[in-house]
Amino acid sequence: MNKNTNFLLSLENISVSFEGFLALNDLNLSLKKGELRAVIGPNGAGKTTFLDVITGKVKPTKGDVFFKGKSLIGRKEHKIARLGVGRKFQSPRVFENLTVKENLEISVSTPKSPLNLINKKIKNDQLDEIEHLMKVINLSKKINSKAGALSHGQKQWLEIAMLLGQKPDLMLVDEPVAGLTDEETDLTADLLKSLSGDNTVVVIDHDMEFIRRLDSNVSVLNQGTVLCEGTMDTIQNDKRVIDVYLGRPEE
Amino acid sequence: MEFKNLKLSKKTTFVIWVIIIAFIIAAPSILPVFRLNLLGRYLSLAIVALGVDLIWGFTGLLSLGQGIFFALGGYCAAMYLQITSSSEFPNNIPEFFGLYGVDNLPFFWEPFRSSIFSLFAIWVIPALVAGILGFLVFRNRIKGVYFSILTQAALLVFFNFFNGQQKLINGTNGLKTDVTQLFGQMVGSESIQRMFFWITALLVIAAWFFSKWVVKGRFGNILIGIRDDEPRVRFTGYNPVLFKTIIFSIAGGLAGISGALYTVQSGIVSPQFMTVPFSIEMVIWVAVGGRGTLLGAILGAVLINYAKSLVSEALPASWMFIQGGLFILVVTALPEGVLGWLQGEGPRNLLQKLGLKRKIETYPSLEIKNETEGLKNE
Repeated sequence: MNKNTNFLLSLENISVSFEGFLALNDLNLSLKKGELRAVIGPNGAGKTTFLDVITGKVKPTKGDVFFKGKSLIGRKEHKIARLGVGRKFQSPRVFENLTVKENLEISVSTPKSPLNLINKKIKNDQLDEIEHLMKVINLSKKINSKAGALSHGQKQWLEIAMLLGQKPDLMLVDEPVAGLTDEETDLTADLLKSLSGDNTVVVIDHDMEFIRRLDSNVSVLNQGTVLCEGTMDTIQNDKRVIDVYLGRPEE
Repeated sequence: MEFKNLKLSKKTTFVIWVIIIAFIIAAPSILPVFRLNLLGRYLSLAIVALGVDLIWGFTGLLSLGQGIFFALGGYCAAMYLQITSSSEFPNNIPEFFGLYGVDNLPFFWEPFRSSIFSLFAIWVIPALVAGILGFLVFRNRIKGVYFSILTQAALLVFFNFFNGQQKLINGTNGLKTDVTQLFGQMVGSESIQRMFFWITALLVIAAWFFSKWVVKGRFGNILIGIRDDEPRVRFTGYNPVLFKTIIFSIAGGLAGISGALYTVQSGIVSPQFMTVPFSIEMVIWVAVGGRGTLLGAILGAVLINYAKSLVSEALPASWMFIQGGLFILVVTALPEGVLGWLQGEGPRNLLQKLGLKRKIETYPSLEIKNETEGLKNE
């Protein structure tokens, strides 16, 4: 069954159909360990569905997903997360009624069983980890602020920190720079770049400048399938990509 | 700003507790027996309200079927009292069986001869039923309004079942406890009732500490996470089904204890405990007192019920209007309840008369929340 053991993640002939509409159509995509991969594509190309399939939110109609040699199909979301797949959502989804620290506690705590959480104190090394993450995202001063009181950019960063706290082998990052300032965008790009190598990261975004800055391989999705793959330069000169995506005037 | 709120809330909590405890201690000497008994009953209702607050205020599960677990606890207590006081009746079984020509005790009554079994049954049986029911519902990812409707449907099923079982549990007539014996005295007697008042008061405080312990720390934060954004909790590696089942089971156990205490202080348990309005009232107590505050649940349950009895004595039949009005007022003007308003920015807003509407952040996540999230961030 599993031929691609040298890949951390491989999607094989994935199709997803929503009541007849093919959100993903025979999609094939593989990632090596330590790779940073950008995924772009016009609206409705299936970018978010692609993440939904990996994280178990959507069951593909056809095809299989292998992660660390194991099939992910049929596994529940939390099981997939525990296997080492972390996800950052499109709009920042932090727990707004909890403080920054509590948000990070949720992400770093292991084991994730109710019994462990109810009668044990958080471990010291996990507290250190939280401390470290706060420094990474520069929110140390806001440790006891409600996450809901943070600015949009801070929420994005907090969610990235929560993702890091899970220590996933594969990070799926959906539009991490939406609504960020240019400066924040640059910082985010640098952060994601610094993560690759140790981590395998998939970044989905529209922002071409940001993608260029990531300096990674790019997969272009269109109509639920991979249109082409390559470096940013290859992509930008590909006629098909220009036709469906880059060439379109921005509104 | 948040830190300030936290301080205020701790102070408020402390002050309210001092008042409550002082009142409880003084009550037996200042209140006539009738009023004391009413207070005891309402305090026992505070325990079921704490459970409602745990599942609704913290976890966002609006159950309209807590009456099931409340009644189960009540039946367990009543069965124990009836079976242990049945020695002078024919066949040594509770008197009502004679009415239906039943000579042999139904098998499930047997274990209730044991006081230890009964003391456990009062909370373990409702907790188990809640746990099983909850697990099946949560595993199938039934949420929001569908969950509420399902719990109400379950309530009706239980109500109809209990109502029809004359030969097993005296059906619609229920089981009386006031004429049964406990420690050689009538349960309805003043000294036993006084004892139940103290037990209830202690258990309310114990239940509050227990609930506080449950929601404190990471476990409670996951509950809040489930309320506000359940998929996010899932993708972080937690299984919400387990957490929801546990908290629903805890709320069921609390409801059972509450029902047992209510039963022995009102003298009867009957399927009336499983009517739809009663379970909705439990939700109203928590909504008025303040969701997610625990203390608000206690205050809401006791004060609303006390008001109910006072109003009903003065103006019979007007209570339903007042209760309805109260609920509308809370939903429209104080969505966080009285205590939530006090702890939040309510008083300051009122003082400064800012006239600016503030976003309510603790409203339990509704189904539509995920769809509106994008808009909210813009």
